[in-house]
Amino acid sequence: MNIILSFICGVIFAIGLGLSGMTDPAKVLGFLEIGSSWDPALAFVMVGAIGVHGTVYTLFRKRKKPMFAASFAQPKTTKINMPLMIGALTFGAGWGLGGFCPGPAVVSSVSLQPKIGVFVVAMLTGWFVVNIGRYILSSRASSQSL
Amino acid sequence: MEEFIDPILGGGLIGISASILWLGSGKTAGISGIIGGMVQVKVDQILHRVLFLLGLIIGGVICTQIEPQWIYVSVERSMSILVAAGLLVGIGTRVGSGCTSGHGVCGISKFSLRSIIATMAFMCTGFLVATWMAGGIS
Repeated sequence: MNIILSFICGVIFAIGLGLSGMTDPAKVLGFLEIGSSWDPALAFVMVGAIGVHGTVYTLFRKRKKPMFAASFAQPKTTKINMPLMIGALTFGAGWGLGGFCPGPAVVSSVSLQPKIGVFVVAMLTGWFVVNIGRYILSSRASSQSL
Repeated sequence: MEEFIDPILGGGLIGISASILWLGSGKTAGISGIIGGMVQVKVDQILHRVLFLLGLIIGGVICTQIEPQWIYVSVERSMSILVAAGLLVGIGTRVGSGCTSGHGVCGISKFSLRSIIATMAFMCTGFLVATWMAGGIS
């Protein structure tokens, strides 16, 4: 059941991104470029998404567990720390530079256009580099504690 | 007013997707977390990630059938700029534990201060860099 849900949610998410305009980097940059031709439309994507998800969360937050799993995923930390700030600032710079954030980039990759392909490969490389870095750091830390 | 209808409805669909995944499976619908974290996990977790990714791809194909313009990529950026942008987005979302969906939608919906701060931070540099690339405030 969980696996079916993951698939269905992926499909709905992608159609939501398409309908909202988030998959169009020209529209995203029109939103991020402040000036006389500023296009505020994409702010309403957040309004719609948080309106629905925030309401559902508020209604069901007292539940002890989700319908088809043992527990709700909990964030590893709730601290506002340096990795959070540096990571978010770096991500924003890349978003403003290219006009893509991860979801729209993955969905748009079905267009098979070279520009989106290049962006997605670079993004995957970035994810891979950080994952490898974390793995090396954690194995070094665990070998030191032995 | 009309130009705000599609963003609100599309955002609503994203909210429905995030809500089903949370209420059904207890999971967070964060793209960089689900796909970027595909290594370093157990087998049952891998299936969820792969199926969500497959759903995104199939959803993308469905988009091209509903309205080809949704997926038409017209970005006035050079290849080298897009490589730099992709690296920054990839590294930033992993180091900062989330992107527009994980922090911006799921985290804020759960009133997470950490996600609210992260969203403000990436919106700031997003506005700054995009405006700078466009040659400053026009």
